[in-house]
Amino acid sequence: MTSLGWAQIALVLAAILAAAIPLARYIAAVAAGRVTFLAPVERAFYAAGGIDPARGMGWRGYTLAMLAANAAGFLLLYALLRLQGVLPFNPQGFDGIPPFLAFNTAISFVTNTNWQAYSGEAAMSYLSQMAGLTVQNFLSAATGMALALAFCRAFAAGGLRDLGNFWADLVRVTLYILLPLALVVGVAFVAMGMPQTFARYAEATTLEGAAQTVPLGPVAFQVAIKHLGTNGGGFFGTNSAHPFEGPSALATALQIWSHQVIPFAMALAFGHIVGDRRQGWALLAVMLAFVLGGTWIVYAAEAAGNPLHIALGVDPAAGNMEGKEVRFGQALVALFTATTTGASNGAVNAMFDSFTPLGGLVPLFLIQLGEVLPGGVGAGLYGMIVFVLLAVFVAGLMVGRTPEYLGKKVQAREIKLAMLAVLVLPAVILGFTAVSLVLPVAVASIQDQGPHGLSEMLYAYSSAAGNNGSAFGGLTADTPWMNTTLGIAMALGRFAYIVPMMAIAGSIAAKPKLAASTGTFPTHGPLFAGLLAGVILILGGLQFMPALALGPIAEHFLLFAGKTF
Amino acid sequence: MNAILRPALSIVGLFTLLLGLAAPIAFTGAAGLVFPVQAGGSLIGRDGRVVGSALLGQDFTAARYFHPRPSATTEADPEQEGATRPAPYNAAASAASQLGPTSAALKDAVAQRVAALGGGPVPADAVTASGSGLDPHISPENAAQQIRRVAEARGLPEARVAALVQQHTQGREFGILGEPRVNVLALNLALDGAR
Repeated sequence: MTSLGWAQIALVLAAILAAAIPLARYIAAVAAGRVTFLAPVERAFYAAGGIDPARGMGWRGYTLAMLAANAAGFLLLYALLRLQGVLPFNPQGFDGIPPFLAFNTAISFVTNTNWQAYSGEAAMSYLSQMAGLTVQNFLSAATGMALALAFCRAFAAGGLRDLGNFWADLVRVTLYILLPLALVVGVAFVAMGMPQTFARYAEATTLEGAAQTVPLGPVAFQVAIKHLGTNGGGFFGTNSAHPFEGPSALATALQIWSHQVIPFAMALAFGHIVGDRRQGWALLAVMLAFVLGGTWIVYAAEAAGNPLHIALGVDPAAGNMEGKEVRFGQALVALFTATTTGASNGAVNAMFDSFTPLGGLVPLFLIQLGEVLPGGVGAGLYGMIVFVLLAVFVAGLMVGRTPEYLGKKVQAREIKLAMLAVLVLPAVILGFTAVSLVLPVAVASIQDQGPHGLSEMLYAYSSAAGNNGSAFGGLTADTPWMNTTLGIAMALGRFAYIVPMMAIAGSIAAKPKLAASTGTFPTHGPLFAGLLAGVILILGGLQFMPALALGPIAEHFLLFAGKTF
Repeated sequence: MNAILRPALSIVGLFTLLLGLAAPIAFTGAAGLVFPVQAGGSLIGRDGRVVGSALLGQDFTAARYFHPRPSATTEADPEQEGATRPAPYNAAASAASQLGPTSAALKDAVAQRVAALGGGPVPADAVTASGSGLDPHISPENAAQQIRRVAEARGLPEARVAALVQQHTQGREFGILGEPRVNVLALNLALDGAR
């Protein structure tokens, strides 16, 4: 670690915070319907759908509308992928995507996971990338943000009968937040060197006379929303490590900014919507603490290098360079890693599978903590507030009072639903991992022997259920078993969480909003932030400790004992 | 049911037209006008032929060229259905080794590469495969270790080659971001033009 490295980290984080503060105010204005500069376009959407944007929906209506939109998106994307061979914008003449892989990919992009069992430049037509994957990058992000806005509204006032209109939220978030940001960031990406063309791949003859195929495509626009929407699915197989998808250190820094700014802004927007900005800052402080802690561990572990290789005569100065690009440096790799897994983005600018054991433990654990640090756009905020409810419940138990949050009493029903939601992740991750570790058809997908092989499998189901999408890439993911079970894990991780979460929103919304009294436990100070962090670590992380001990932690000790597999 | 299906289908359909076709097509047109080189893949031409992209690494094995980092990319093996064989810097299929830190295969590969360079200490980037398999850069330390070989193979004074390396060493972006590096293709193109 160097001070110059930490200066890079500080610079990028400062740029994120500086933008998140005004963006939060803007998001709150969009949520309230006060932003109208594209009103004619908005009206056209409502007219086509027969939608009255002013008609509020209860939690059931809101959730059903969301599920219908996602089902339609899934079917359309599945059809596009299967049929890409006979559709236009396919200059490389790629065949249709096979059924298991198309199922996995469609679920993956609709749930904002963007797990990829294919390599973009070798499988996807330009039409699939644009009209299929890019569209779902927007809509899955907008879905998460709409749900989060509905959840925030539940705390804003007492005796609410509705949570807003899903269609209006979806359209406004897309038109006023995601699309303008994607256009601006996309232009910057082109300027930095990302291709944006419909031309077929270029054929080059290298200086030594060999043939080299240069893959091209409409890359920059898709990569912009891939980060802004915390989707993470790469245009190319090696994601943001690819020189066309991460052409420079500046581009990688802008990508970090892009996948972190909306999740942070959402936390602050929560403060605006509930009318107490300190509440947003408390959530942000906890998120930032975990991001910094994760970055520090990855940076320290990777900059120290691999002791086995150092013993062979490799200069330790540059750290562990297997799976890493020269241009980024260890500091920006560490920050990218902690933010992409903390934020449920899943893009990578280096290969986690080749990280040192502790460097690889961090992204895995940040996913397992529930993707709330800061989590995906929208999804991170509602996940965080579910943890907040559990934290005030724990605090209430300690002092023997009925817990309340922002003047809303938190009672047995909400706590049961919150526990139901929080248990989805460990049940899906540990369940599927355990089964897959004893089934020969699944074990065949593992590349590395020893504890690292267990980490590969555990990482895959963590990434899928957490809707992250990054991978320990040595795992062979394109098999019927992995495509199917990972697809189910992604759907459960997304929707089996959303339904109880929205039920909590409906129940909270109807409650009266009580005035704060001297007995109210303040939820904006360091004491509460510390309690919240503890609840996330214990309720979110403890279930995974045995699995982590057998995987990355065992590997760490074996590595330093000089053992290889 | 119609109250849910109609908005779902029309919103997803309209957004597919707007975000999946209209916006990217307009964006592509504008990008091609304002940044034609970058939007087209930063291709480099020499004598009327495309020799590569400024952003993508390519394989060099001759002694007279600077060598890039090891690359883990592969290609389909024509002799065995479904199998692959090593094909460094195959830009049609970017790939990393994905080998873990306790992998014996990785340790052996690193040991062989260190031995091929005449033993340690060697810069880490010279004996490890990159994340993309297409890393266009090497570290200045890696380049420095290759100067003597290249100078001898070309019959150029070492100082002349060292000066070219110096000239093609890029510092941290804005003095702070990333790492110092040398673009191997750009350096080798300059070498071919040097006397």
